[in-house]
Amino acid sequence: MTTTNISARPARLVDEHNYVRHELRTIQMVWRREIIRFLRARTRILSSFVQPILFLFVLGYGMTTLVGTTGGFDFKKFVFPGIVSMAVVTTAIFSAISIVWDREFGFLREMLVAPVNRGSLVLGKALGGTTIATLQGTIMLVLAPLIGVHLTPLLVVEVILLEALMAFGLTTFGVFVASRIQKMEGFQVVMQLVLFPMIFLSGALFPLDGLPSWLAFITRIHPLTYAVDPLRHVVFAVQNMPPAAAARFATGVTIFGHLLPLWSEIGIVIAFAMIFLVLAISGFGRPD
Amino acid sequence: MTSNESGDGTKNKPASRSGSTSGHSLEVGNRTDESPKRYAIEVKSLSKRYGEIEAVKEVSFRVDQGEVFAFLGPNGAGKTTTIRMLCTLSKPTGGTAEVDGFDVLRQPNAVRRHIGLVFQEPTLDQQLTAEENLRFHAVLYRVPRHQVEERIDRVLKLVDLQARRKDLVSTFSGGMARRLEIARGMLHTPAILFLDEPTIGLDPQTRALMWEDVLRLRSEEGVTIFLTTHYMDEAEYADRIAIIDHGSIVALDSPNNLKKMVGSDTVELVTADNKLVGANLEQHGYNIKVGEDNVTVFVENGEEQVTQIIAHAQVAISSVRVHRPDLDDVFLHFTGREIREGHAERAFPMHFMAFRR
Repeated sequence: MTTTNISARPARLVDEHNYVRHELRTIQMVWRREIIRFLRARTRILSSFVQPILFLFVLGYGMTTLVGTTGGFDFKKFVFPGIVSMAVVTTAIFSAISIVWDREFGFLREMLVAPVNRGSLVLGKALGGTTIATLQGTIMLVLAPLIGVHLTPLLVVEVILLEALMAFGLTTFGVFVASRIQKMEGFQVVMQLVLFPMIFLSGALFPLDGLPSWLAFITRIHPLTYAVDPLRHVVFAVQNMPPAAAARFATGVTIFGHLLPLWSEIGIVIAFAMIFLVLAISGFGRPD
Repeated sequence: MTSNESGDGTKNKPASRSGSTSGHSLEVGNRTDESPKRYAIEVKSLSKRYGEIEAVKEVSFRVDQGEVFAFLGPNGAGKTTTIRMLCTLSKPTGGTAEVDGFDVLRQPNAVRRHIGLVFQEPTLDQQLTAEENLRFHAVLYRVPRHQVEERIDRVLKLVDLQARRKDLVSTFSGGMARRLEIARGMLHTPAILFLDEPTIGLDPQTRALMWEDVLRLRSEEGVTIFLTTHYMDEAEYADRIAIIDHGSIVALDSPNNLKKMVGSDTVELVTADNKLVGANLEQHGYNIKVGEDNVTVFVENGEEQVTQIIAHAQVAISSVRVHRPDLDDVFLHFTGREIREGHAERAFPMHFMAFRR
């Protein structure tokens, strides 16, 4: 029986060279899988719109009657960039849940035993989540005309770039958490626990100035604050806000009376994204 | 059927595995061992210790290229631990192992590129189609882009799943999913395919089908197959079996040789007077043993001699049973217990529960 004719064996179809190209192919493949799975989960796409829309209309209209209108600019318009951020944050963080699924269904093992760099797997995953979350946030822009927020082509581009940055930071955070958590329930509990405080404390739903000092402190050390503020800044920049409204619904983060420039906010977000990316990669140790 | 444990010599295998096909046959050099005779797997005093517990104790064996080699043993015997070490998923605490000429400790990535792996638990993405699962694997295992589709066609054909190519894996039965995993394990033309308990949880027909697939892979792709199992009948398919118990190999040979070692056929008689039958048979030169309620006769070929034995017994016989040693007896012989002891909690298909007569 062992005298089988080995020469029947096909040539090895393995390209041993081009390390970088293979890692890039891996990243692209992991990314593509995330997109395929997302497009197949139609209920997930729909359900992830419900919450932001609820917040926009219920909270938006409710607060508008309370806060009133300043020079034609009301709370709905103010909260809109925050709601877009919320859609991005929720989708980005929960995109990482696919890792926990993969662990439960065994597919994570298929990936982790493959002769590829762990970093490529994590990066592909993070870029997949980033794409999906950016898409979700961008689709929210169709609601802009309904509440009177002006859009320009340049603004849309700026919003997409800032959404992508925010999404990347949060996806890597999600992947990091998922890498440390074995059970589905655990991930959901942790995420539900951190998600709302994270959104509320980022200033997505209220202006950042004039807060009590303890709350101001928390918002200033919260990385998401620096991802939400630039988004609001670019949206407000094209809204022709009267000076009174601009003063009331101010953008920008001040620390000890200093207004942080936009680029430094973006820098902070990039730095956090990188830290979580490294933590996420190191989170997937060798399976032994 | 080979039974030479050292495995040296007789099989004439081409030194290069590059074959004749054109294209990306990029064989890498710098293997640790470039001697003319290369084993698919060569293990020397391999050990794995978890704290106080020695899961694998100085195990040594060699697997020839193109061989189907089975690790047979009960749960917890060290089968999975060994397979994990060979696949570089777990680091040995002692000894060496070379897989397709690569050292598992020093060249784990090279090892993993040259092996296919099928785990006990499913590792497919249920939300993807069969071909999407395979394409994903092809990229991770560096199958050249222009050969991916051709190779997917080929492995799906090998396991007879072409018709389900574009179906979601979530619609597959357990057996189909398992066969798809085997196809996936073969996708990147591995030198050795590792199967850890490949047929666990499958019904008998599916298991038979799966074995057809595996043997076809061996004959058509020349792959070496290393598998673990605790199903006796399954080990029969192997060219050689290593019986592992408490972390050590207690026997290693072809199924037939192992059975020969255990002994001859037995004919069991239940009679009205066992002692008298015993005496009668002894007079005719039979090797017998008189038990409390039966007489056991040890003969070369039980089925042929049974009528003669009955004639010589000269007493009314209420039942006759001819027993030829099977792997259950082999296992019992070498380990002193039956393999199914201690894991009766597993859901065995009834067909296999009844396997032992």
